[in-house]
Amino acid sequence: MRKTNHELTQHEIESNDKVHFGFWVYLMTDLLMFAALFATFSVLRNNTFGGISMKDIFDGPFVLTETMLLLTSSFTSGLAMLYALGKNKKMTLIFLALTFLLGAGFLGMELNEFAKLFAEGNTPQRSAFLSSFFTLVGTHGLHITAGLLWLTVCMALVRSRGLTNNVISKLTRFSMFWHFLDIVWIFIFTIVYLMGHA
Amino acid sequence: MHNATLKSYITGFILSIILTLAAYLAVMNHMFDGGVLLTIILFFAFLQMLVQLVFFLHMAKESRPHWNLVMLLSFASVIFIMVVGSLWIMHHLNYNMSPMQMNNYLLKDEGMRK
Repeated sequence: MRKTNHELTQHEIESNDKVHFGFWVYLMTDLLMFAALFATFSVLRNNTFGGISMKDIFDGPFVLTETMLLLTSSFTSGLAMLYALGKNKKMTLIFLALTFLLGAGFLGMELNEFAKLFAEGNTPQRSAFLSSFFTLVGTHGLHITAGLLWLTVCMALVRSRGLTNNVISKLTRFSMFWHFLDIVWIFIFTIVYLMGHA
Repeated sequence: MHNATLKSYITGFILSIILTLAAYLAVMNHMFDGGVLLTIILFFAFLQMLVQLVFFLHMAKESRPHWNLVMLLSFASVIFIMVVGSLWIMHHLNYNMSPMQMNNYLLKDEGMRK
């Protein structure tokens, strides 16, 4: 039962609101999990067991670039939503693709950072600090990976089905997820990286 | 999400960039002392969270009853208790339980020797 008309009925608006609220509740539970990881990291940040500390990991321009990539991808996913609501399929796809590229760039940089640390023997087993560091930042990275897969599915849906109300509702949820991940990253950037250097 | 406008996204984006750069530059140039610096960059992070909630997630335009906001605030209170409580308890645990650390603390904070 796919609607082809573009006008949202009252019933659809209400059920969409419920779906979005349900998704918001999921995001809040996810936030709770991140908060637990932040608390763990803050407790263990000085337990380096003679190994490297956050000061050694911190690379200012590198992490600033990462942050800007993710922030810009959050912005472009918002613009994609605007074009989707305006029923502009081509521009929606362009901005979703841009979001994907920026997100992939962020993930690539993070994997590169992790690979470097591993190559130097700084694995999660090295110290309590590194365990909590990899768990917190890695969990965010896993969310980004899942988000990129989801985004791929969304783009395929927009291509094959067009911007139906159903697809727009799916895009809205993806966009909420992506903005949420950027908000979590603000705190990783501040608490893990900047405070590690300060 | 339905009341989104281009202006809202652009405002949010520019404010986020400004707040990110402000926190970054404050840390890189060591503009303030330890405690003040930490407070300032945490404040910037909090401010940027509000900016993105308002301009990217359009929380302010939610219609009544504000269920999304209610969920956010109740989870925020749980998170506050959990994070602050963990830090508080673990700090005191360190202070009181570990002999080596206790000596350091006594030396540093109280000016006493074992």
